[in-house]
Amino acid sequence: MQSVIANLALLGRSTINRLAAIGRSGMLLMHAVIARPEPFNSFPLLMRQLYSVGVLSMVIIMVSGLFIGMVLALQGYTILVDYGSEQAVGQMVALSLVRELAPVVTALLFAGRAGSALTAEIGLMKTTEQLSGMEMIGVDPLRRIIAPRFWAGLISLPILTMIFSAVGIWGGLLVGVDWLGIYEGSFWANMQNSVDFFDDVVNGLIKSLVFGVVVTWVAVFQGYDSVPTSEGISQATTKTVVYSSLAVLGLDFILTALMFGDL
Amino acid sequence: MRIRGIELGVGVFMLVGALSLAMLAINVSGLTLSKQEGSYKIYALFENVGGLTARSKVTMSGVAIGQVTNISIDRQKLMALVEMEINADTDYLTSDSSASILTAGLLGEKYIGITTGAADDEILQQGDFIEDTQSSLVLEELIGKFLFNKASE
Amino acid sequence: MDFIDDIIIDIKQLTFSRGDRYICKNIDIRIPRGKVTAIMGPSGTGKTTLLKLIGGQLKPDAGSILLDGDDIPRLGRHELFNVREKMGMLFQSGALFTDMTVFENVAFPLRVHTQLPEDMVRDIVLMKLQAVGLRGAAELMPSELSGGMGRRVALARAIALDPALVMYDEPFTGQDPIAMGVLVNLIKTLNKALGHSSIIVSHDINETLSIADYIYIIADGGVIAHGTPEQLKQNDAEQVRQFMQGLPDGPVPFHFPASDYATELMEGR
Ligand SMILES: Nc1ncnc2c1ncn2[C@@H]1O[C@H](COP(=O)(O)OP(=O)(O)O)[C@@H](O)[C@H]1O
Ligand SMILES: [Mg+2]
Repeated sequence: MQSVIANLALLGRSTINRLAAIGRSGMLLMHAVIARPEPFNSFPLLMRQLYSVGVLSMVIIMVSGLFIGMVLALQGYTILVDYGSEQAVGQMVALSLVRELAPVVTALLFAGRAGSALTAEIGLMKTTEQLSGMEMIGVDPLRRIIAPRFWAGLISLPILTMIFSAVGIWGGLLVGVDWLGIYEGSFWANMQNSVDFFDDVVNGLIKSLVFGVVVTWVAVFQGYDSVPTSEGISQATTKTVVYSSLAVLGLDFILTALMFGDL
Repeated sequence: MRIRGIELGVGVFMLVGALSLAMLAINVSGLTLSKQEGSYKIYALFENVGGLTARSKVTMSGVAIGQVTNISIDRQKLMALVEMEINADTDYLTSDSSASILTAGLLGEKYIGITTGAADDEILQQGDFIEDTQSSLVLEELIGKFLFNKASE
Repeated sequence: MDFIDDIIIDIKQLTFSRGDRYICKNIDIRIPRGKVTAIMGPSGTGKTTLLKLIGGQLKPDAGSILLDGDDIPRLGRHELFNVREKMGMLFQSGALFTDMTVFENVAFPLRVHTQLPEDMVRDIVLMKLQAVGLRGAAELMPSELSGGMGRRVALARAIALDPALVMYDEPFTGQDPIAMGVLVNLIKTLNKALGHSSIIVSHDINETLSIADYIYIIADGGVIAHGTPEQLKQNDAEQVRQFMQGLPDGPVPFHFPASDYATELMEGR
């Protein structure tokens, strides 16, 4: 009996803590996003974050996109060739990339590459009292530190997703046309017939925008809310990768059902 | 110096992103900017549209001339009413044209093929109907018929 | 408190708790203007917390903190921003912004609080860096500085706006004897030269005694003694003596509360 009550209390406490964390993260997002202009020019700050969040993620995104496109083409070919419809490889590669794989894989890689770095950076700033120091000087760290990072993540992820798709399709072309010998004309024609710009490309980008919000939000919040010790930072970094990856996969299902479910 | 490098990097990033978007729009989805020339709508009634969906192609001699925009049931005739959007520059469909639901490849997607009739007939306008239609081949029905014929022999 | 007639900060009945633990309980502290006041106490008694309360970063449960008549816990965002222009704080870890050069670190408060033209900002920053002896390090990044140099840069940043009040959070901890001496001298001379009021939080007794005009000793959420260094040396309350002389055991126990030693050893059998 005693232990049942104790466990119930534990459950209650952890639920309350979790809800409180969600509440705090919501407040953080609100304060950071609805930022009144600060007495300094925020454009260079955004630039710098775009560089470290976006530009530095470009290479890993391109390499992954290339390989995934190549693998898709190879796998698709071995299946489709049995039905004599290997021209459809282009269409298959493009649709799976644009609708699904590019937004999701880019977001997962982004969480690992940029999200964890954001968390660690902000967490370390907290540990070394840089956030407090900034506040004592009269600058709100939410606006100066969190806001530009948040916007940079939001802008970068859709761009990275487009790059991933484009490079992946190019990889599919390399394998399908140059290696396996599919006629290039039908490769592109099939693709163009089946891919719709608004239904497929734009929907994929909307997905990546949503993922951008979620991954960056989780990353900056975990950093800002971390326990200011080296152990706390390492936990926060792990949480960023785990939570944002799970959120991306879960949201992807919901978004896919909403966007393509009725087709 | 360091600022310059950052600006350059971000510039390249944006440029590569824009190029990717252009490729996705033009090469991959075949989006053409001149598509906004306009279109007109025509209708056709089918016994069975099995497998045809909105956004399916409408072709003539294998060339895409439009797409299906809506499929519903006509309440009076209790048949499938298909609404098609035909590109404005396809202004030579005559009222005795026939529309049939075809299949690309053995298991491929369904689309509508239109064949024109006599050249001197009236031209189809916005809101007109194609009277002569041929429904989708439904594999189960074909097999059923075949078996029935076999049995009655 | 007869000795003070000109006070810059008047803390009255301040109470602050974390969870169900009181960090400060009904504390009264008065900081004289233009003097060096030390707040001493064992680690974890809430000295840093007290400075953060003065800086308005934390809100107390009750009580008031008057800075020249402004009650800090009750200030709005905008007023707090203006009040902070009058305060400089040297954090325990320096808190230099690691993504900026030394120069930009010191220029930061100037850029935030003033619209001075660039060449004036430059002059002021170089002046402040000269005062701490690090003008030559202006273009270095914080990661290229030694611990003592980092503290001095942080000090230059804390006094960049010529604040009325400078707070030092354990400025001597973790410094080698030379750096420590340099810092002690700097704090003393800057306080004289610039005429601001200083609050030093520390548990380095000798250094603190040598520069403080007045000392508060806090422990267990309250002030246990206060007075000039001379008065405190004479104080023979047991708790004060233990702290002033650095005795390992006394009213502040060396041992964390535990069950009986012998019993616990025997239990293992
Ligand atoms: N962010 C925090 N959350 C919870 N407890 C804290 C936090 N910061 C400090 N504390 C606790 O408050 C007490 C006082 O801390 P602090 O003011 O840093 O002590 P001091 O500076 O005197 O060593 C410590 O026991 C510490 O554990
Ligand atoms: Mg402390």
